[in-house]
Amino acid sequence: MDLPDGLVAVVKRDCPTCQLTAPVLAEMHRAGVPLTVFSQDDPTFPDGMLVQDDTPLEVSYRLGIEIVPTLLRVTNGQPESRVEGWVRAEWRTLTGIADLGDGLPERRVGCGSNTLEPGIADKLAARFGAERLASRRIELGDLEDEIEACFERGWTDGLPVVPPTPERVLRMLSGTARHPSEVVAIVPPDLAECTVEKVAINAVMAGCRPEFMPVILAAVEAACGDEFNIHGVLATTHFVGPVVIVNGPVARDIGMNSGVNALGQGNRANATIGRALQLIIRNVGGGRPGGVDRATLGNPGKYTFCFAEDEAGSPWEALSVERGTAAGRSAVTLFAGEGVRGIVDQLSRTPESLARSFAACLRTVAHPKIFQRWDALVVVCPEHARTFREAGWTKAQVRERVQELLTVPAEELLRGTDGCAEGLLPAQTSRPLKPLKKFSDEGLWFVHAGGQAGMFSAIIGGWSGGPGGSRPVTREVLW
Amino acid sequence: MIETRLLLDPTNERAIAQREPAERPLRLDGLTIGLLDISKPRGDVFLDRLEALLRERGLQVERFRKPTFAKPAPPDLRREIAQRCQVIVEALAD
Repeated sequence: MDLPDGLVAVVKRDCPTCQLTAPVLAEMHRAGVPLTVFSQDDPTFPDGMLVQDDTPLEVSYRLGIEIVPTLLRVTNGQPESRVEGWVRAEWRTLTGIADLGDGLPERRVGCGSNTLEPGIADKLAARFGAERLASRRIELGDLEDEIEACFERGWTDGLPVVPPTPERVLRMLSGTARHPSEVVAIVPPDLAECTVEKVAINAVMAGCRPEFMPVILAAVEAACGDEFNIHGVLATTHFVGPVVIVNGPVARDIGMNSGVNALGQGNRANATIGRALQLIIRNVGGGRPGGVDRATLGNPGKYTFCFAEDEAGSPWEALSVERGTAAGRSAVTLFAGEGVRGIVDQLSRTPESLARSFAACLRTVAHPKIFQRWDALVVVCPEHARTFREAGWTKAQVRERVQELLTVPAEELLRGTDGCAEGLLPAQTSRPLKPLKKFSDEGLWFVHAGGQAGMFSAIIGGWSGGPGGSRPVTREVLW
Repeated sequence: MIETRLLLDPTNERAIAQREPAERPLRLDGLTIGLLDISKPRGDVFLDRLEALLRERGLQVERFRKPTFAKPAPPDLRREIAQRCQVIVEALAD
């Protein structure tokens, strides 16, 4: 858009303050000030002046006009300073006319710009704002169904996606202050740059709302670092996929579920945030089942696996706090997890008894004879948490007791012991043989979630932990 | 009038270049053969046997090992293999 240098005024007839300033514009014109007037609703207003027709609102949109009248100074085609409404002193400074608007009140607020009328803003954004978007445009044929077109191009996880039109993507981008062209992460396996815009496109497809964007951006950043190792998580023949756990005020603000059926279906934020991350890995990273994703079986959580921790009802500090984020701040934690297996214990009423149930079930993670290599995340349900709370057990105590109960003589774990070939090599144990703990010091995590009724906690088995596999990663959610 | 419908491409927009595999040598005489253990259990059993069979034929063999099967081979290791070998055998075991 080429703007003439000098002063630019944007007005509309349907605004008393614009009516008030109409004689002032004529006065400026008479004084020889280089002035261009754009009218939003009527190109014959102000009467008797040469006025540019901006009823399509393109100029107003591009100039970011929120109030009429707005007076701007334009230099080299760029707006440099502006006054909104009538403020006599500022109009005089901008025009350099010392007695401009004599007899008018000192100030008068303006009216809302027509660009901000309900329903108009979205249309203008789609018409004129899509230029901000760098992604390749895919033009659909007249007979092509939009949803089928997404399937045919290989963009979906097997379920229908919301077609990513420019209007929808622009609306999604309103959920973040970050620029569309900013690179969020380098996404394996193709090691492709993923911009905020690509995140927004995939978030649209996943069915997200704009306010989920900060959480998705944090999750993408967390997934793509060397520590979480999404390349390995994707490529392995094992079951795992990224599990996203959300902590802090954002979970409540965007309506996430941490209660009844927290790991199940039915909540839009839970369902679509996890899905957006997986679509980004598929579409931006190029990681597809049968391609780099070599999972033997996979697990249903690879469509989406995202939930919030119930912090208000928890006897313990939040997972994010335990992992170093300040209390009261929002964060996502990524854990490479397989499917959910239950811990059914409806009878324990002491922490010791319950810890024994946890330990017995946790021993089966990966294999009862494989120790030290595979991580686990335990989702403790409210009725189990109550037993620990009433006995005053901290999270650290629960972890320590479970680890004690899962410390067994290495002889039991060797390959071939009990007639089972699976197990540890002698080289993986110490000499002389010492007892081994099931989990490494950073390999066992606890979060609190679930409905108020039911003595059913859950184990989400992990993958190969430590520096050679995937470690959980926590990242603060920023706006 | 039918309005043009546009979608924005969600992919990384990389046209995947068709890459031809390197030409396979017809004979192994005089070449150095690299054996890459990706650190999966029992991969070494297979490679030990392969090394013995190759050496029986008087061929030059070098052994390499990835630090972890869970991640791509580090660039230094890939470079070392490329410099020292003309042929590479990678053992994938489970």
